Amino acid sequence: MSSRETTVGAQPAVRYPHDRGRRITVGRMTQYAVLTLLSITFLLPFYWLVATSLKTPAQIFTSEWIPDPIRFRNYLDVFEQTDFLRWTVNTAFVTTLAMIAVALSSAVVAYPFAKLNFPFKRPLFALVLATMMLPGVVMMVPVFLIWRQFGAINSYYPLWVPNLFGSAFYIFMLRQFFLTIPNDLKEAGLVDGASHFRIFWSIMLPLVRPAIVTVLLFEFVAKWDDYLTPLIYLNDPNKYTLAVGLASFLRAPGLESRWDLWMAGSVLVMIPVLVLFFVAQRHFIEGISAGAVKG
Amino acid sequence: MRLPGRRPDVPDGGATVATATRSGSARSTNMARNESIAALLFITPWIIGFLVFTLGPALASVYFSLTNYNVLEPAQWTGFDNYVEILTQDDLFRKSLINTAYYTVIYVPLHIISALAVAMLLNTKVRGIPFWRTFFYLPSVTPVVAMAILWKFILNPQGGILNQGLRSLGLPAPGWTTDPNWMMPALGIMVTWGGAGNAMIIYLAGLKNIPIELYESADIDGAGWWSRTFHITLPMLSPVLFFTTVVGIVAALQTFAQSRVLFDEEGGNANAALLYLMYLFNTAFSYFRMGYASALAWILFVVIIAFTVFQFWLSKRWVYYEGESK
Repeated sequence: MSSRETTVGAQPAVRYPHDRGRRITVGRMTQYAVLTLLSITFLLPFYWLVATSLKTPAQIFTSEWIPDPIRFRNYLDVFEQTDFLRWTVNTAFVTTLAMIAVALSSAVVAYPFAKLNFPFKRPLFALVLATMMLPGVVMMVPVFLIWRQFGAINSYYPLWVPNLFGSAFYIFMLRQFFLTIPNDLKEAGLVDGASHFRIFWSIMLPLVRPAIVTVLLFEFVAKWDDYLTPLIYLNDPNKYTLAVGLASFLRAPGLESRWDLWMAGSVLVMIPVLVLFFVAQRHFIEGISAGAVKG
Repeated sequence: MRLPGRRPDVPDGGATVATATRSGSARSTNMARNESIAALLFITPWIIGFLVFTLGPALASVYFSLTNYNVLEPAQWTGFDNYVEILTQDDLFRKSLINTAYYTVIYVPLHIISALAVAMLLNTKVRGIPFWRTFFYLPSVTPVVAMAILWKFILNPQGGILNQGLRSLGLPAPGWTTDPNWMMPALGIMVTWGGAGNAMIIYLAGLKNIPIELYESADIDGAGWWSRTFHITLPMLSPVLFFTTVVGIVAALQTFAQSRVLFDEEGGNANAALLYLMYLFNTAFSYFRMGYASALAWILFVVIIAFTVFQFWLSKRWVYYEGESK
């Protein structure tokens, strides 16, 4: 705090601009150097993944940075030697249903918490938020027993039907977005004799489209990635999703220690998510920041 | 209050000021009621979901935790036997709880500190922030199973690239995936790589929210990097740090896929990486001890709530909310 320990930092800032300039250059360069080094550390595993996925089994444990020969066949082998295509279709099916279900239901539930008045609004919203704190683990066994009761083991219902009832995190996020829409729009709709549902559907929902896109993206990543739930409910390898299917590589007869194929499979599983991320990066970043900073 | 009785008397088309207000307020109570009904219809899906998938199962879980239930035969009431067995005789429970605590203690601080360091590095006038941000965030969107398989390969004790590198530098090459002493650190490396990006984005947004005037006046007062960081940046960021700590701990205590794929369903050699949720999963879905698993779940619940409450209590000492002083 005393000026003694801070002399290096700021005193010359005002008095000797040229001095500060030079110091900044050095500082800046270190900064870029550190950032570059860190980025390489973060990106290197990806490179290694792709490189290995193109190697022959004999090259796997060599430290060749560029595989020679480059073997694209590994990618074909993944499809030929496993049910990869089927798992992709399964995952796409579950993910699509789950995304649509959760985005619509969460928007429907979020809307009144932002724009309508009704009894017990505050305690109900507090309850929605409280469920976010409740670890899903506690419900895992009884929910399994419920689905078993319905004969839904080995079906996809347990993977997406719960999404029809909204998800607390998305409800919270969408509510924040609905709050930013002026009430005049609602009033104008009411004067024109529109029902509340119509106002929601035709006026409000289109206005929060960016937030809906964020929800869809988050849910896509979550479901594409989900390992625990499919592992509980799906026993039939034909019904596996990609996450469970890919993990089953490690045990599959004939695929033991086929690191080349495991890597190729991993690349294939990552591609849709990474592509989506690059296309819609802004939505991801805004979604994450909105949840934590504005909340 | 005089309205309802007189309403039928109002002549059609009597467009006086009086009738206008009267029917107007009658309409507004009507509208308020409509609004409430509409709102309740809107939230009905959530209420049903809450009852069927949260409250109901939570209550059922309390009941099951007091029974012996293997799915095939009806549940047998056993009172607190499950809890007693877990707390007094279950070695794997103890093992997995200790592992999970160890994991949480390394993972949460490690990923918060590394995320914060990168975010602060990026929050200066560095060029190409979106570019750098993408690099650091990329692992966070990587599907977990694919990530774990990748790291299983990188960390492979014999031929893995990490150990090849360490050996060529003349450093010891530990058995990351086989040596019980090194398995947890291995898991920590992987999840920090895979999780720091998320927190970094949050911190970056938080740092952007700090008013620049604070730094300007600190500059005038002659504050250096150190005191700016500890007297402005960290206090202003503390609500966000708090949020990520709470969320991070809750997530760490429920980690599952990472360890299961990187090692195996038993947590690898000597169960060294058997995490609590993995043990719970095995109990329920491999051994079908549903009652026992429910009791395990409630114990985890108590641990999570205790951690969270403790965090909130602790937060009064270090979290600074700007709005509070006003």
